[in-house]
Amino acid sequence: MGTSRTDERKTTYREALREALREAMRSDDRVFLMGEDVGRYGGCFGVSLGLLEEFGPERVRDTPLSESAFVGAGIGAALAGMRPIVEIMTVNFSLLALDQILNNAATLLHMSGGQLPVPLVIRMTTGAGRQLAAQHSHSLEGWYAHIPGIRVIAPATLEDARHMLAPALADPDPVLIFEHGVLYNASGEIGPPAASADLDHAAVRRSGTDISLITYGGSLPKVLMAADELAVDGISAEVVDLRTLRPLDGETIAASVTRTHRAVVVDEAWRTGSLAAEVSARIAEGSFYDLDAPVERVCGAECPMPYARRLEEAALPQPSDVVAAAHRAVD
Amino acid sequence: MSPAHETRTRTTAKTSEAPKAAKTPGASKRVRKSDGGSAPDRSGAAHRRDLLHAMLRIRRFEERCVELYSAAKIRGFVHLYIGEEAVAVGVNEALTPDDAVVSTYREHGHALARGIPAEAVMAEMYGRTTGCSGGRGGSMHLFDAGRRFYGGNAIVAGGIPLAAGLALADRMRGQSRVTCCFFGDGAFAEGEFHETANLAALWRLPLLFACENNRYAMGTALERHQAQTDLALRAASYGMVSWAVDGMDAEAVERAAHRAAEGIRAGAGPHFLELRTYRFRAHSMYDPDRYRDKAEIERWKAQDPIERLTDRMRERGELDDEELAAVESRIDDEVGDAVEAAERAPEEPAGSLLRHVTSAPTEVG
Ligand SMILES: Cc1ncc(C[n+]2csc(CCOP(=O)(O)OP(=O)(O)O)c2C)c(N)n1
Repeated sequence: MGTSRTDERKTTYREALREALREAMRSDDRVFLMGEDVGRYGGCFGVSLGLLEEFGPERVRDTPLSESAFVGAGIGAALAGMRPIVEIMTVNFSLLALDQILNNAATLLHMSGGQLPVPLVIRMTTGAGRQLAAQHSHSLEGWYAHIPGIRVIAPATLEDARHMLAPALADPDPVLIFEHGVLYNASGEIGPPAASADLDHAAVRRSGTDISLITYGGSLPKVLMAADELAVDGISAEVVDLRTLRPLDGETIAASVTRTHRAVVVDEAWRTGSLAAEVSARIAEGSFYDLDAPVERVCGAECPMPYARRLEEAALPQPSDVVAAAHRAVD
Repeated sequence: MSPAHETRTRTTAKTSEAPKAAKTPGASKRVRKSDGGSAPDRSGAAHRRDLLHAMLRIRRFEERCVELYSAAKIRGFVHLYIGEEAVAVGVNEALTPDDAVVSTYREHGHALARGIPAEAVMAEMYGRTTGCSGGRGGSMHLFDAGRRFYGGNAIVAGGIPLAAGLALADRMRGQSRVTCCFFGDGAFAEGEFHETANLAALWRLPLLFACENNRYAMGTALERHQAQTDLALRAASYGMVSWAVDGMDAEAVERAAHRAAEGIRAGAGPHFLELRTYRFRAHSMYDPDRYRDKAEIERWKAQDPIERLTDRMRERGELDDEELAAVESRIDDEVGDAVEAAERAPEEPAGSLLRHVTSAPTEVG
């Protein structure tokens, strides 16, 4: 990832997502894509470019700026047997549809005593790193991971971008897909789906024996860089990519900590009340006696995301922060 | 009905949005028959008797709920529909079992009119296994997937976008079904209504907006929560056919709903009915109702939809005391049986708590 050779077999995260969408719409005519500017504009991050031409405006639907209405409409269409994929431009805007996601999508199955599953997929961008300031940069997927009744996934690799959509569509319950904004241009050669394309398991992206670096989404490339640096220092770091934020794969986390006896949790979101807090708590609950050091957390600074580059960098977890945390745990 | 509010339907249908001819085979497999399915002669005495029966059934069911609530048999928030029965009953006459209904937390009337058995509704209020939501919903969350009854939403206006989605699915598959969405005048102030009205009119969705204007959002009078209190007028600005209807007259509601449903089935896009009605009781069982004066309530009670229809039928010689007593006794039996069955029905075991959180089988823990 991150390199830019123009090898023909190379693809990008953006193209991998598009390929997954194309495959989904070709293979099931109940599938349609709906959201602001997904059609003529090609998606505000270019993910759906060209799909309108192939599938037409019925199935690649530009919506008004009405997050609540079109997310709710996705829920209703799913109830009626369609397989909608709703795109929300960024997680910040999804707050205007939070009522529909939480009070309808996540609860209808339970409130109806099992009668109304909502087979809906919602995709949205998350995260910082592009100097978009506070209203376009936050990482709120941890809030969604708080909610029972939905599944929350965060593809971090090209393979996951390409292969997680199909099982998400096959899931009878609502699935939220968080695409980190800095990943869209990531490019590389696409391999077979990592592990299986099932949505229940975290993936070990790099094996190691001295410490577990646990992360997901846009932080994965940074954590892999940190692991490279640590290797130079003679520390063997295992990198766990959570992939699915709800339900969390506690077993893979515990198994890794059992091997390494140390853990650093890396999450771009705010530390207080974060997903990183949840992962740390699980390690404390289930793997306390395996630990040789306190769990370390590397999270985003507790401030609204600033615009200025230097400040934004300071607000985000950087590989050097991860390296420092790992040293604190190991030394 | 005030035709002044009727706006021209849009004539500039986008070609990409043209209704498709083909129906999806088997799409209505799961739909069972409901009470609303057949009303061939809508002007005769027999039909009026059906309307009366349907309204009385809702009224008596809810009166029984009041007793049961006082006896602490049912709990939670309970919102009564008493006074508004003509709306649910009249609108339901325009719907077929294939159509869909999206409702609010004041939905006993909608649910019963839709044909959900009184027993299943009552059992739900009791929180029993046999309740129409398996005891997880209660009074505010009644569901029946087979009857295409999609709640039961306690977030004001929360069901409106969802209704647009049901209608969208029908639109995309070329089915001539109607989705009917009930909501109150209070909900009319929420963005979700306005977003959905725009979306539905833009996409010409087969959606019936059934706005129950009972003049109050909890304790706030219409004049104090709407800048323009003529709701049909405002809805018309979205390019929808919009009518204001006397919501205390079941036959008038039925006629309007019928015309609207016909328009929707013909592809004219969403229609809006402002059903002008009144609730005779407090907002919920917890509400001391201090915000309305007695004279106002009495003025509206003089418009009681059940009495109005009864009077009309008596004037025409279509109803005598004996017949009315027979109707009442049938309803008594039905409601009595429903209560008895609910009393006997098993409670959900605590071990089933995590069922239906996701579709995956429950982990026992
Ligand atoms: C989003 C939201 N805000 C506030 C409430 C609290 N609340 C419940 S009912 C109600 C009034 C709704 O009035 P209306 O839509 O006219 O329906 P009615 O009760 O008259 O049938 C309010 C404010 C709520 N349930 N949901």
